[in-house]
Amino acid sequence: MRIIEAPLFTPIVSHLCIEANCRLPQDVRARIEHCRKTEDWSIGRNMLDKIIENYKVAEANNMPICQDTGLVCVFLEIGEDIFIKGNIADAVNEGVRLGYKEGYLRNSVVGEPLFGRKNTRDNTPAMLYTEYVPGDKIKITVAPKGFGSENMSQIKMLRPSDGLAGVVKYVLKTVEAAGPNSCPPIVVGIGLGGTFDKAALLAKKALMRPVGEVNNNPQYAAFEEELLVKINTLGIGPQGFGGRTTALSVAIEYMATHIAGLPCAVNINCHAARHASEVV
Amino acid sequence: MTHRIQLPLTREKAAKIKSGETVYLSGQIYTARDAAHKRFMELIKNGAELPVPIEDAVIFYVGPTPARPGQVIGSAGPTSSYRMDAYAPELLKLGLRGMIGKGKRSKAVINAMRDAGAVYFAAIGGAAALLASCIKSCEPIAFEDLGTEAVHLITVEDFPVIAVIDSRGEDLYISGRMAYLGR
Repeated sequence: MRIIEAPLFTPIVSHLCIEANCRLPQDVRARIEHCRKTEDWSIGRNMLDKIIENYKVAEANNMPICQDTGLVCVFLEIGEDIFIKGNIADAVNEGVRLGYKEGYLRNSVVGEPLFGRKNTRDNTPAMLYTEYVPGDKIKITVAPKGFGSENMSQIKMLRPSDGLAGVVKYVLKTVEAAGPNSCPPIVVGIGLGGTFDKAALLAKKALMRPVGEVNNNPQYAAFEEELLVKINTLGIGPQGFGGRTTALSVAIEYMATHIAGLPCAVNINCHAARHASEVV
Repeated sequence: MTHRIQLPLTREKAAKIKSGETVYLSGQIYTARDAAHKRFMELIKNGAELPVPIEDAVIFYVGPTPARPGQVIGSAGPTSSYRMDAYAPELLKLGLRGMIGKGKRSKAVINAMRDAGAVYFAAIGGAAALLASCIKSCEPIAFEDLGTEAVHLITVEDFPVIAVIDSRGEDLYISGRMAYLGR
């Protein structure tokens, strides 16, 4: 049994908040630069050039890639052989508080959604997701989620009879409705199965998968590719001005579900698909 | 076609801009997003004066990141414009001539734009670090309690935008995609 003190998370989360917001991960860059080569529409190429220039300028000047530095999603994959002493959520939120201050990141969180909508002024609380995995290590992933794309995400309880065609139709409809609003080229995370809430979580987890990595199940991997090709024939293009590159990638996560259901969640991420991880 | 426009954006200048064109804006622009627009509406409802001289003005839908010491402004890219659709027609009636954001606008906004001879521009969503380099000064002028959502007066130099919807109601989000699909 390994014992870890919760406050250990604070400096790590703080650092990852700044890292994720100012440096676009290599997997996303490689994909955008590949799409720049294959884009067959002039204004689309022009938009991708600016997007590439932007993340380079952001990195060189230690500036946020996007002014929407997001609602912070923190994923903790905790080894089963670890005991954490202290309050994990407090330690993570303290990390967010420090990182957003030190990194000059925007405070984009309101404490209550309907009546007052008062800014919490330190970008807390983080959305915390914990999961137990084998081993004695902890993987911490920080993913600041912009709401331009989050607002365009949708979920539907499809019927089993809707099947593959139903999923295709729903995903395309969602991407089409999002159009230019979600800052294309987008990353599409799809959650299939589980319950209403689990499907949404799966879709969010799908967005955490490095761009370019496919599902372990060959059937799902092929379906991801099929959806990507279909999305990229919609013609929305970079920033919605037309073009081939509407999506950078499609990732599906699935799990068991009820005999009566086919929950389908589509979580959209913008081209500034930010995430940073560290293993302790 | 590329235009260089010195602000304010008069009706005459706006009329020359066509959907799909790249425009470089120089001069003064006001920032406002959801919360500031809500307050604008309350002021209008109460017959009070707006903190922004709205005639021929351009509003940039943005909530920038905080400036580091020595910086004019932090990263400053556009936010989704549809959230301001409920408020924009009222401001267009008062002479607002330009809006900078990203994403689709409603029919009601486009109709009000036609009447006002106004233009809707898009800045590149997510290109916030790049856009910040075209902002030469930034000062808060109203609702400072709103933090990043406060109204700022910013001075821009060759600020790159794309005219998405022109004063005739032509929409690049529709025509651009159609042109690509019909290529």
